Amino acid sequence: MRRSFLVIPFILVGLCLSSCSQQLVRVKPYERGNLSRLGMSKDLNALYTAMTEHAYFSREGSFGGGGVGGGGCGCN
Amino acid sequence: MKKFASSLLFLMCTGGALSTAAPVEVGRPMPKLSNLVPGAKVPNTSGKIILVDFWASWCSPCRKSFPILNELHRKYGPKGLVIIGISVDEKEADYRKFASKMKAAFPLVHDSAHKAAAAFNPSAMPMSYIVDSKGIVRYIHKGFSGARTRAKYIAEIETLLTKER
Repeated sequence: MRRSFLVIPFILVGLCLSSCSQQLVRVKPYERGNLSRLGMSKDLNALYTAMTEHAYFSREGSFGGGGVGGGGCGCN
Repeated sequence: MKKFASSLLFLMCTGGALSTAAPVEVGRPMPKLSNLVPGAKVPNTSGKIILVDFWASWCSPCRKSFPILNELHRKYGPKGLVIIGISVDEKEADYRKFASKMKAAFPLVHDSAHKAAAAFNPSAMPMSYIVDSKGIVRYIHKGFSGARTRAKYIAEIETLLTKER
């Protein structure tokens, strides 16, 4: 009896918060004006992107990360 | 405890209702634009076929759609088609700049408060709705893909105009 007394409010609060999250998180297609700005682009600085990718490949290449075919074992 | 539970239930219900705005669908009546965009010059659409197009200055396919909409306006306007372009731009300046650049020949409405957009709930940009003379949505176009969308527009408008005669 005591346990159900605690569980029911917990479930209700959880459900209540889950309906709030839908309101807060979703950006509608017509609200994407700011997101489509050049400043929001991840490739804003081409040199910075190229250098970051180069560093990533250098670091992860031996494990086969970053889209490089195979690992650094020389077997591919 | 009962009061606590009932108030939580109330919050859940209202929260759920707010988060699920039903989109405009084929076969349903079109929401009344004059109520949604107060103060805007919405043209007289009674007994006419309507093409409602949601656009924004930041949307590049919208830029491509304007010459086609201008063409449709010139060709089918005298036959009973009314095109209404609804901008969802937040800034008035962006809306004005884009409208003057694209030289829209059809009426434009600025929905800065997103009331019309919330009522139609478009799932992409641009999104257009073709409505028959009785105010029922007949066709919906998601996005704009050049000549293919143009051909669809023409076929659908021709079909509706033929039915009206």
